[in-house]
Amino acid sequence: MTFLYAAAIAAYTGCGLYLMLSRHVVRIILGLALLTNGAIFLIFFSGRIGSMVPAVIPLGDQQLAPDAANSLPQALALTAIVIGFALTAFAVALLVAAYKRLDTLDAREMTAAEDMGSPFLPPGGRPSTGGRPSNNGRSAEKTPEAEKKSDEVKTNG
Amino acid sequence: MADQLDLLWPVLIPVMTAALAACFWYNIRAQRIISFIGLVLLFAASVKLTMTVVEHGVIAKQFGGWAPPFGISFVADPLAAALVAITGLLALTVGIFGFYDVRARHERAGFYPLFHGMITGVNGAFLTGDAFNLYVWFEVMLVTSLGLLVISRSREQLDGTIKYGVLNLFGTILFLIGLALLYGATGTLNMADLARVLPGMTMTPGLMTAAMLFLAAFAIKAGLFPLFFWLPASYHTATFAVGAIFAGLLTKVGVYATFRTFTLLFLIEGETLRYVFTFIAAMTMITGVFGAAVQWNIRRILSFHIISQIGYMLMGLAIATPLAWAGASFYIIHHIIVKANLFLLAGAIRAAGGSDDLRRTGGLLKSHPWLAVLFLIPALSLAGLPPLSGFWAKFLVIDASLRAEYYGLAAVALVVGVLTLFSMMKIWMEAFWKASPVTPSRRRYVPVAFIIPIVMLGAVTMTIGLFAEPFVTYARDAGDVLVDPPLYIAPVFGAEAAAEAGALIAGDAVEAEVIETEVIETDLIENGADDGVEEEVR
Repeated sequence: MTFLYAAAIAAYTGCGLYLMLSRHVVRIILGLALLTNGAIFLIFFSGRIGSMVPAVIPLGDQQLAPDAANSLPQALALTAIVIGFALTAFAVALLVAAYKRLDTLDAREMTAAEDMGSPFLPPGGRPSTGGRPSNNGRSAEKTPEAEKKSDEVKTNG
Repeated sequence: MADQLDLLWPVLIPVMTAALAACFWYNIRAQRIISFIGLVLLFAASVKLTMTVVEHGVIAKQFGGWAPPFGISFVADPLAAALVAITGLLALTVGIFGFYDVRARHERAGFYPLFHGMITGVNGAFLTGDAFNLYVWFEVMLVTSLGLLVISRSREQLDGTIKYGVLNLFGTILFLIGLALLYGATGTLNMADLARVLPGMTMTPGLMTAAMLFLAAFAIKAGLFPLFFWLPASYHTATFAVGAIFAGLLTKVGVYATFRTFTLLFLIEGETLRYVFTFIAAMTMITGVFGAAVQWNIRRILSFHIISQIGYMLMGLAIATPLAWAGASFYIIHHIIVKANLFLLAGAIRAAGGSDDLRRTGGLLKSHPWLAVLFLIPALSLAGLPPLSGFWAKFLVIDASLRAEYYGLAAVALVVGVLTLFSMMKIWMEAFWKASPVTPSRRRYVPVAFIIPIVMLGAVTMTIGLFAEPFVTYARDAGDVLVDPPLYIAPVFGAEAAAEAGALIAGDAVEAEVIETEVIETDLIENGADDGVEEEVR
């Protein structure tokens, strides 16, 4: 049984890591979500799954039954789930905003921050705005959203 | 006890401020007032905490009336207290800077709740005595800092935030996996309890993995050598106020967590781990400083210098003598002030020169001579010139490395110091000395809200530089607590348990303490309280 759990956690974590190696930002975020869940399983399992008696003190008693389940890993896992969910939600929102603004989800084409003050570019930044001269013609076209959003907010460069 | 409540305020005040500011979401003026009052109170509370720690030594508080290993404990040792005090100072100065730098657009996007939320996370991470709680504070810090980083929603910020977010999230997941393994092996996550339990255990592969996962996780957070890439990819895109508070505090939380882990939980014993730390420290210093050399964006240069400076702090971990810990503690405190000040100055330079790209600005010595003076204080301090704070910080760590016969590390530190000076002179030559490449259409003014915090932080740098002695003494106290886990355990579990743990540790490893034994002894005699502990340490 232990081996089964360990193998399941390993598979989960492995899938997460594999997805994180992708250049596609959506896959990276999905990988992070999987990885978080793998870690949560690990916490849960490191508390040793043995007893099935709920960790609740019966009415009138003063202390937990000796064969009750370990409640600490449950508390830790719950906390981690909440945090993981919040961060995944934020990451997805960030992704949507980035796609609208940068018009790409390929990590290689996300160079806006890298270009600031880069010694390999002229002081004014890239000659053509909107990413590298791309091979799939993606950055050439501008979506209506991008047009609308281009009332320039303060850039620090 | 009233003393113990001091531990609570540095976390409680910012979290209440954040909540209150969020309640007045549409009333920006009220948010501003609440935020400023919160910052002043926070500064007062953090100074009070430091005073209490100076007076009483390490203090601890258990939450919810639970006995030590079961509830969450907060512990303030001299290092943590000093960091909380600096956080208070920095939050206040950046808050003043923000009066001009934070635009209405940022305020409407929730700048104040996020800012105070981040301070909560930072202070919580410094003060907590529970490893899982540390993870929670890390996440509080991460999610609020993500919000702060992307607050303008510009292309650069979105790009930088994705890189910052993904790599830091990965770091916290590694930390979480490490925590799971550690809990599985020991059954506890209270740091003081772990410090009692772990020395008696054999180093199983599971524990070793946990230790290495902690190292990797905190290395990402702190920006150590092979894992720092998120830092120069994101910090320069933030608004200036946000950039300054990030540069000052966030990586230092990672450094602090590394220090805590490898002094309290996993003691650095074997030669291998020492070599690893020495290598990482040296490479962090070198890569950071060379990375900075080619850049043209002021904050990008400074971001790379954060990395290089983290290497100096890590020297403490590599050498691990009380003197080295003292040097590293002093270095962190000095660095937070100086680096945040330089990031604020980048904002002032942009306000005065029109750009933070060094190729497009210039002539500021002529138009703003006083700004040049204000720039030179932190810049020269960063490079380590006397009589500024950086000189003493570098002196302490290099002195410690020479005494412990780490000559290679000392040489690297000295060379990197010179190269740091080169980078600072690059900013000086380009921004201040050379003639401006464009003729400004009008005279640009630096707002007063920018000058006040820069002057304040510059004054602190000068004070530490000119009156270094009390600060060095304090850093030595901090170093002594770091090398001596029983001092950390005693306030949580009582003196008896601490003495027991001390015996375990002393039986386990003695070689590291041999060099500086006399320092420990004299300090313990001065403390006078734990005679039993002194026996065990010897």
